[in-house]
Amino acid sequence: MKKHELIKQMLEILPAEAVLFEQEDLKPFECDGLSAYRQVPMIVALPETEQQVREILLLCRRENVAVVARGAGTGLSGGALPLSDGVLLSLSKFKRILSLDPLARIARVQPGVRNLAISEAAAPHGLYYAPDPSSQIACSIGGNVAENAGGVHCLKYGLTVHNVLKLRACTMDGELLEIGSEALDSSGYDLLALFTGSEGMLGVITEVTVKLLPKPELAQVVMAAFATVADAGNAVGEIIADGIIPAGLEMMDKLSIKAAEDFVHAGYPLAAEAILLCESDGTPEEVAEEIAKMQTILSRCGATSLRTSANEADRLRLWAGRKAAFPAVGRLSPDYYCMDGTIPRRELSHVLSRIDELSKEYGLRVANVFHAGDGNLHPLILYDANRPGELHRAEELGGKVFELCVEVGGTITGEHGVGIEKINQMCAQFKSGELQIFREVKLAFDPSGLLNPGKVIPTVHRCAEFGRMHVHHGQVPFPDIPRL
Amino acid sequence: MQDSIEQLSNIVREAGRERRPLCIQGSGSKSFYGRVVQGATLDVTPYRGIVSYEPTELVLTARAGTPLAEIEAALASKRQMLPFEPPHFGAGATLGGCIAAGLSGPRRAYAGAVRDYVLGVRMIDGKGDDLRFGGQVMKNVAGYDVSRLMAGSLGTLGLLLEVSLKILPLPAEELTLRFEMAEREALETMNRWAAQPLSLSATCYHVGVLSVRLSGASAAIKSVRQKLGGEVLQDAERFWHSVREQQHEFFESAKNLWRLSLPSCAATINVPAIKVSSQQLIEWGGALRWLASDALPATIREAAAALGGHATLFRSTEPNDEPFHPLTPPLLVLHQRLKKTFDPHGIFNPGRMYKDL
Repeated sequence: MKKHELIKQMLEILPAEAVLFEQEDLKPFECDGLSAYRQVPMIVALPETEQQVREILLLCRRENVAVVARGAGTGLSGGALPLSDGVLLSLSKFKRILSLDPLARIARVQPGVRNLAISEAAAPHGLYYAPDPSSQIACSIGGNVAENAGGVHCLKYGLTVHNVLKLRACTMDGELLEIGSEALDSSGYDLLALFTGSEGMLGVITEVTVKLLPKPELAQVVMAAFATVADAGNAVGEIIADGIIPAGLEMMDKLSIKAAEDFVHAGYPLAAEAILLCESDGTPEEVAEEIAKMQTILSRCGATSLRTSANEADRLRLWAGRKAAFPAVGRLSPDYYCMDGTIPRRELSHVLSRIDELSKEYGLRVANVFHAGDGNLHPLILYDANRPGELHRAEELGGKVFELCVEVGGTITGEHGVGIEKINQMCAQFKSGELQIFREVKLAFDPSGLLNPGKVIPTVHRCAEFGRMHVHHGQVPFPDIPRL
Repeated sequence: MQDSIEQLSNIVREAGRERRPLCIQGSGSKSFYGRVVQGATLDVTPYRGIVSYEPTELVLTARAGTPLAEIEAALASKRQMLPFEPPHFGAGATLGGCIAAGLSGPRRAYAGAVRDYVLGVRMIDGKGDDLRFGGQVMKNVAGYDVSRLMAGSLGTLGLLLEVSLKILPLPAEELTLRFEMAEREALETMNRWAAQPLSLSATCYHVGVLSVRLSGASAAIKSVRQKLGGEVLQDAERFWHSVREQQHEFFESAKNLWRLSLPSCAATINVPAIKVSSQQLIEWGGALRWLASDALPATIREAAAALGGHATLFRSTEPNDEPFHPLTPPLLVLHQRLKKTFDPHGIFNPGRMYKDL
């Protein structure tokens, strides 16, 4: 169908300012947080009601035009990468908190509401929304649901899937679905679990009901420095073996420590090979007891220094370095590539030393930031896109790291999603029967396959190609295969 | 003996070829739950055993036929637990049955449900293929979350082989307090307390008495106890066990047992036809209401729906064709398509959940 004709029909659904089609207006939508991949869409639609979303989807379905939904565009795997001949459906106008019930501890919000805005609205009632991805000041709840976003407090408080009660969503066929309920469960299959983390491929979320939790009275953090990464990893296991589930348990390696310290001056020890940030929250009595236990364990495990936050400002300063780790590392290098594998924690030393070897082999520095409590590793590969071949080398190194994670029993993505970025590695993680199930699940919700096509699930052909080249040349064929 | 994946897979393939339904069974402890299935019994109890358990990883993987009791004993020896306190409903209850039934116990409202702790599954689909979804790590967003979808699917989507679960440490201390109050006040109180950091881990209201369990560090329990007051229940473990396993006197009723899953703040059920013929036990901070009732199914379903929830005929005095709350038409279509995806020949527990599923 001609672009012109589609615009004309879309203008019957949306006001003129909500349909973008001029090159300069489309440009801001060309990528999400994974800026290495860019594609200007044919049209951007900015609906503000559920009915408009439905009509746009019906129109595109009828005209056989693909649709990619987008929240705040902070995703790190290219899940919201547009299609050149497709419509980008931005949910950015869905910004309202529809209701907040402090007694029932739930908030009903539109998908474009920012993650942090929910906690801010809940704060006067002593409540908050627990999942806190690092991008929480900007990322939207609809995107969080689509990606099953995590954060630094997941081990104790869960991921998005544990904190969402109900969704309203529209399928590509224009069917409005209510999934889940304000009760704790619903009849039938757990479609809420299936929908969470489905990366915008099953339906467009138009409303989200989240659980709110009582804000802990007190939080305190211990920072422990270690002379080796292995010691730090061991300390994590010992804390857990002692029956403690820390509110946060983060590790940073030497390069990340230095980057963060130069950036925010959190007071991190520059001589350390690794630091752990161990947070306890709860009643003052609980926190005192848990902090004392953690201090003992950390010392026993060879911590070279310990620092415990004296007050809230101090606690926030200690966290500031960790929360700013990505941009801090970004200052060390013109570009960086953020990975997202999860591994069984016992494999940490092995995986980090292997990453170190790969780093030397490829001649690229790697900084490691680690959600140590739940085994979610974020190696940041530093490169310079302006130097010929470096992006390619970075991606190749990244591919090796993904495969390393799978090899030790982990996964290629803990919280950032597959999107377009890790689609080849899906072939390494899943067998053909499993990928076939994914394809059919997609078709169960979206028989036309027009919703965010080309993401997450590799085609049979792609896997065959990936496997063949992988085996024959012993390397990941990133440069040669078209991305879409 | 079906104790190898190959054997199980062959049975499934053959059943698929002949379009012969299979009735997947563990110990049969939950055979009362759901519709009656016609089919050849496929006993999965021989496929058993803990595959891996590493306390410091907080992950346990076991075969579906493993008795829950064996798993809980292994966890307890390392001072850990299944946080969702699954009901067994029989001595031989298996892990597979626990996941397939998707039922959680008293801690559910405060710690999460079965599905919240499922990290991965290994299963045989309707084509006889041995498939794995999810994994053995805490965070995993590669592909759709098929493993959580298995929780509560009543064996209609596949034959579970292995399940990996997140586990948690046992609380350092637990204490149960009792308060006398009327139902409305109890509902309000449970919700108000849940909105505060009070270390709640279970609540139960029955005939004028609210029981509240606290779990956590001993210092915290002590301070919460001072804050809340109430009377300490001795032998609380036995009380919560009786609620979890439905051995509490409330469950001895000869009437139909209904499970109403409602928003926790939902008002007291105020339909005369229900009130006159029912007794009630409330759990999960108000979100789970058990009714022993003679009222008509339609009346109860309507009341549950009006309050924003759904009703399940959990234990029926006579076979019932529709134990589960009907699905809306668009959701029913999705269920049918998903069923076809996982079980194209319709051989896994057909009709256990809904008539044509």
